[in-house]
Amino acid sequence: MAVDKHAVKKIARLARLQISEEKSELLSADLGNILNWIEQLEEVDTTGIEPLASVNEHSLPWREDLVTDGEINDQVLKNAPETAGEFFVVPKVVE
Amino acid sequence: MSDLLKMTATQAVFSLSQKEISSIELTNAYIDAMETTSALNNYVTPTIEIAKQMAENADKAYAAGSAGPLAGLPIGVKDLFCTKDTQTTACSGILKGFTPTYESTVTSQIWQSGGVMLGKLNCDEFAMGSSNETSIFGPAVNPWSAKDGAALSAGGSSGGSASSVAAGSALMSVGTDTGGSIRQPAAFCGVVGLKPTYGRCSRWGIVAFASSLDQAGPFTRTVGDSALIFSAMAGHDSKDSTSASVGVPNFSDVVNSSVEGMRIGIPGEYHMDGMDDEITRIWKQGRSWLEQAGATIVDISLPHTRYALPCYYIIAPAEASSNLARYDGVRYGNRVDAETLDEMYEATRAAGFGEEVQRRILIGTYALSAGYYDAYYLKAQQVRRLIKQDFDSAFNNVDAILTPTTPTAAFELGAKISDPITMYLNDIFTVPANLAGIPGISVPAGLSKQGLPLGLQLLAAPFREDRLFSVASAIETQAQFSLAPARAAGELS
Repeated sequence: MAVDKHAVKKIARLARLQISEEKSELLSADLGNILNWIEQLEEVDTTGIEPLASVNEHSLPWREDLVTDGEINDQVLKNAPETAGEFFVVPKVVE
Repeated sequence: MSDLLKMTATQAVFSLSQKEISSIELTNAYIDAMETTSALNNYVTPTIEIAKQMAENADKAYAAGSAGPLAGLPIGVKDLFCTKDTQTTACSGILKGFTPTYESTVTSQIWQSGGVMLGKLNCDEFAMGSSNETSIFGPAVNPWSAKDGAALSAGGSSGGSASSVAAGSALMSVGTDTGGSIRQPAAFCGVVGLKPTYGRCSRWGIVAFASSLDQAGPFTRTVGDSALIFSAMAGHDSKDSTSASVGVPNFSDVVNSSVEGMRIGIPGEYHMDGMDDEITRIWKQGRSWLEQAGATIVDISLPHTRYALPCYYIIAPAEASSNLARYDGVRYGNRVDAETLDEMYEATRAAGFGEEVQRRILIGTYALSAGYYDAYYLKAQQVRRLIKQDFDSAFNNVDAILTPTTPTAAFELGAKISDPITMYLNDIFTVPANLAGIPGISVPAGLSKQGLPLGLQLLAAPFREDRLFSVASAIETQAQFSLAPARAAGELS
């Protein structure tokens, strides 16, 4: 599978990764090689095989809907790059 | 001083309980060793003051008769485990300076058992790599040297965890294994590395890479030590919904139990074209050791083995691309300022993630994107089931499977980093166990002609780590492997 420069840019945009023009060309070759190698999976007959998302196939356990912590705003905010009062700060989103 | 470094954990527990040595003496010996081996770049954040405090507490516990099973033992921690108030970076630029306000379940169980934290250990960035070269701190170096003196990779991703135990700057360590990240570096450095059954150890508080594959496990110098620390790490945790509600036996009791009558499978598919003769030789050697110990050797087939790596390189990056979406410069980690929110995300992630991490995020995003999901992600999940079924049927017939751990001994730093697929091939024998969720152990078995360690891997059915320990100790007994790397802190054996 060839992944051209434009496809790389589109994926990078979906993944929120800024990439330069130069880098998108390098990545196009790189990803193409890796995907070509991965495509050997097509040799495997998987007709009727149920996909396996996790080996842990039993259903998720239930628990009581209880508050088990809280009042830890300072801990939650401690590693944030920018805060104001009890909030995370991000660049302005709406005009 | 070097006598202290020579002790196994099991011996140290005995000496500590007999008051022949104190934890502070033992810990100080390791702190000195961290200093003398600092060129190996194993510790990214040493925690000397914490270590001394924990050692004092352990000595008090021994005096009071309340010592836990790991009391006073100096232990290093892969920098992927969140440690309260101690920087945790996953060896990524995006998390430099991150200081968790909580402790991972596995490490808190180790500290509750009396373990002494020496510091945080080097690894590949977000555990993505097989040589420890993607770390923002630079590679951990293998304490074993090539004959020409070239610096060798300690393996990865848990390179620092393996190298420190081999070099004598940690008595034991913990790491994580998503596709071989414990077993491969253990084989490269000549130590014992255990990847437990998926769900055996809680993943809570471990920086996530691929959630359906990640497992925590120990590095030790002996199989007995592995059983000792693993018994303290394992167990159900309500904070990890995938952790198993399965009882944890005292695994130390099964080490050295006989393998007489056990059936050991040799999978034909693990004979790879172009595999090193030395690897074939050590594999045959392992087979005859087990025969001599009274086990029955059975040829088995795991037909989908060769598809495990390409399957893994869809599933792991897909899960990683989702897990790593959280590093957005808002709640934690570093931020690159920009005009708009989207520009801030893009600039932050481009600056914070290294090349291999970005490559995997892109592969994962591609495999999950509209139009490609069925062809890649769904297909890989189907192949994953076939790989698991291969093991399910094999374990109807055998108690354990014997394979080499790696296709080669440790390679030179820089030898493979420029070619992703060549690097990925390192994990060819280890990846299937992660896809199938089964436990695996690498045990040092001998040396190559170059004088470098070679490991043998044992695999067992889910939750049968007991079988791994008994077969691994049979190999250990016969191999009489001598842990003597050139760049260790002192003589270790």
